[in-house]
Amino acid sequence: MQPYFPERSSSKKRLGLIVNPVAGLGGRVGLKGSDGAEIQRKARLLGAVPEVEERVLRALEALLPMKGDLDLLTCPGEMGERAARRCGFEPFVTGSITPGATTAADTHRAAQSMADAQVDLLLFAGGDGTARDIYAAIGAVLPALGIPAGVKIHSAVFAINPRSAGELALEYLKSRAPRFREAEVVDLDEDAYRVGDGSTCLYGYLRVPFRRNLVQNQKVPTPGSEAVQAQAVAADFVESMQKGWLYILGPGTTIRAIAQLLGMPKTLVGVDAVSCEEMIALDASEHQLLELLEHWPAKIVVTPIGGQGFLLGRGNQQISPRVIHKVGKGNILVVSLIQKLNALRGRPLLVDTGDPVLDKTLTGYISVTTGHHEKVIYQVRS
Amino acid sequence: MSQPIRSKPALRRFHQARWDEPVIFELSQPGQRGILIPEEAGIENEVGDVVASLPAYLQRKAPARLPEMSQLHVLRHYDRLSQENLGVDLNIDVGQGTCTMKYSPKVNDQLVRSSKLADLHPLQDETTVQGILKVMYRLEQFLKEISGMDRFTLQAGSGSVAIYTNVSMIRAYHARRGEAGNRDEVITTIFSHPSNAACAKTAGYKIITLYPDEDGYPDLEALKAAVSERTAALLITNPEDTGIFNPKIEEFVRIVHLAGGLCSYDQANANGILGVTRAREAGFDLCHFNLHKTFSTPHGCGGPGAGASGVTNELAPFLPVPTVEYDGVRYYLDYNRPQSIGKIRPFYGVVPNLLRAYAWIMSLGADGLREVAEIAVLNNNYLMKKVLEIRGVSAPYAQGKHRIEQVRYSWEKLTEETGVHSEEIGYRAADFGTHYWTSHHPYIVPEPMTLEPTESYSKADLDEYAAILAHIADEAYTQPETIHTAPHNSTVHRIEHETFDDPQAWAVTWRAYLRKAAQK
Repeated sequence: MQPYFPERSSSKKRLGLIVNPVAGLGGRVGLKGSDGAEIQRKARLLGAVPEVEERVLRALEALLPMKGDLDLLTCPGEMGERAARRCGFEPFVTGSITPGATTAADTHRAAQSMADAQVDLLLFAGGDGTARDIYAAIGAVLPALGIPAGVKIHSAVFAINPRSAGELALEYLKSRAPRFREAEVVDLDEDAYRVGDGSTCLYGYLRVPFRRNLVQNQKVPTPGSEAVQAQAVAADFVESMQKGWLYILGPGTTIRAIAQLLGMPKTLVGVDAVSCEEMIALDASEHQLLELLEHWPAKIVVTPIGGQGFLLGRGNQQISPRVIHKVGKGNILVVSLIQKLNALRGRPLLVDTGDPVLDKTLTGYISVTTGHHEKVIYQVRS
Repeated sequence: MSQPIRSKPALRRFHQARWDEPVIFELSQPGQRGILIPEEAGIENEVGDVVASLPAYLQRKAPARLPEMSQLHVLRHYDRLSQENLGVDLNIDVGQGTCTMKYSPKVNDQLVRSSKLADLHPLQDETTVQGILKVMYRLEQFLKEISGMDRFTLQAGSGSVAIYTNVSMIRAYHARRGEAGNRDEVITTIFSHPSNAACAKTAGYKIITLYPDEDGYPDLEALKAAVSERTAALLITNPEDTGIFNPKIEEFVRIVHLAGGLCSYDQANANGILGVTRAREAGFDLCHFNLHKTFSTPHGCGGPGAGASGVTNELAPFLPVPTVEYDGVRYYLDYNRPQSIGKIRPFYGVVPNLLRAYAWIMSLGADGLREVAEIAVLNNNYLMKKVLEIRGVSAPYAQGKHRIEQVRYSWEKLTEETGVHSEEIGYRAADFGTHYWTSHHPYIVPEPMTLEPTESYSKADLDEYAAILAHIADEAYTQPETIHTAPHNSTVHRIEHETFDDPQAWAVTWRAYLRKAAQK
């Protein structure tokens, strides 16, 4: 069925809404996730009731003040329409679903329709799996924001709670000069997780609206944008680079700024290797890194991945225990935007390389470069 | 038939003036004058063309574009603006934590306005200004006694300039020992006042910042990981901006000294420790006070303030010139200090503020200074108890412990439960005739509020302030729209933060405004 979204009205903003109706289903009954029909069936057998709609309502309520100025575009029934109507919106609905049996394919199709309709913001409710599905379907073409409703919320694309998702969306839609940040989409392989093997992948980055920190006040000047901060970190790093060394660049936007300053490409979600003069390897595997280390003295550069503050073992598994042993603990360099450390709320940075003995040796206090000639001493635990 | 007189509500019914007052340049009318100066041919004949005697580079080609207004309109303009304002002299100003908004006795302003000070010129011969030199000399002696340091300079025009002065002396000290190039790192803590990191950075140092330990105290283990042969100095505020006193401060100093670094004590706000602890006994090499915080001189809406930098004898040779000296007979200015870092400000400092601080200390005496600290700490802990009874607020870090002179609170719970943010509490507080701000850098404590009651406020004042906060918190839970749409009775309404990110959208001078407006 073709989407039948109306022509864009010049005076109204367009908000897309996609709800993953089974998000969070597995959590309460201890299933560590809700990906796949079999797990969802199991969860229902265990008595799980989807709570996602209540969370969507809390977010939509915050948007009621601009109801008249908003075209809400959504999917049928449990994938958005029902929540929207319960909240008092009269949404435009696209596509068709099989109630009670929606799948990731429905999310893909819905995201594609939203992209075709060029919504101003795509609000989606779910967890890391939902974020990943949306990223896979349309990449970063639309500004997007997650209403946290899933079991796994490691991606940085989610607001801290449903209400703030609504507030942030409202602020963004009303704003004349909206600002964005690139936020990580990370997801755990649930099957591996269930058997105790936590293996997170970094899938990409969505553009999410950025709210000036509300602790902001008039006495301090505007903090530099994240891009400017990343450039400052990169400037510091590049200054310290030495000839004859190999630099293994982990994933992440802060590290991408280093490559940009060097005028080199960077695999955003992969590991690259550079010298101060040239690109050596793009999107290198563990095997490739080990080969390079036969010929080069090397340093590893990493930045915290995901909301939990993992330095190693999440999204950069190519930098394996063998690679780390070869490089040497003293040659691991950490860079980060200061907001990323502050968002940990005092919790330590984490390492989980898969080698508990190595992890132990990586713990303690490390120096994190947070700007040009600015460092923070921060604790690492395994 | 008369109505019964209703009793007043619990909270003050405040309503601020709102005048829609234009910028003074917009009020200008060509030809309007405040004073018409009579033309006196006699005088002109006597002195000739005074402008012609000025060097060409000092002569204006076109007259300054000053507003042209009558006296009445100038007076009315500023009276209106003053009615649209809040401040220590008008409201319970405990909401601007870290700034030590205490009462500045008006008698001290009278002293400053007296012709004995107001008519002095900084280029007068020192034999003719013995009185003010004596005040400056004696003020230095007081600050030495208060801090335990050996010498002070009173030149800095602000707290940050005082820190910058200290950083400059630190650099001179290491340079003297041939270590300036090697020692290029300055360590500070995240809850030290941000000017410490900013001044050292501006002076060219690399900055290492320590985060709090699990209990919310400055992390000694992190310090041990930070010090090295590159350490130039530790710049640390204590108590920190959270109001928490560092119980291991001597150990911090010892570790930095062992590494060959110097220690500088940010005592800009010494209001909780006057007469209680001293920088000297904690082992510090340098310290500084903001006279406009602890010593009751006005903040001057961002300046000029007055900073005082203190050092041990070892660092005294590096003090800025001139120092004020006394030979037993007369006071004089000493420029003959070959190792000095030089001048940090024209002339001798913000002298009116030095006189105010001197008068304030003289009026209190040593016992009085200690009493200031005791009352400030008592007031703060009393207010903390009242505030923590309010729903939705907490005092993160060092949970359950007392604070010194201020507390950085968090409304995180209230925000989660009601959607009302700390910033909005500030808008609503204005409806009750009082000032409230969130907090300055660092942005770590969610939904912060920093209250610092100082010694100036009575129990009734603190009760009123706490009652306002309690009322607003209650509104957040019962009728949040009232807060989301606040202020209702105040002058200033909501600010669009995005505007500040676009330099084309704002201007800090009239000239810049005209230029940017013309570009649009």
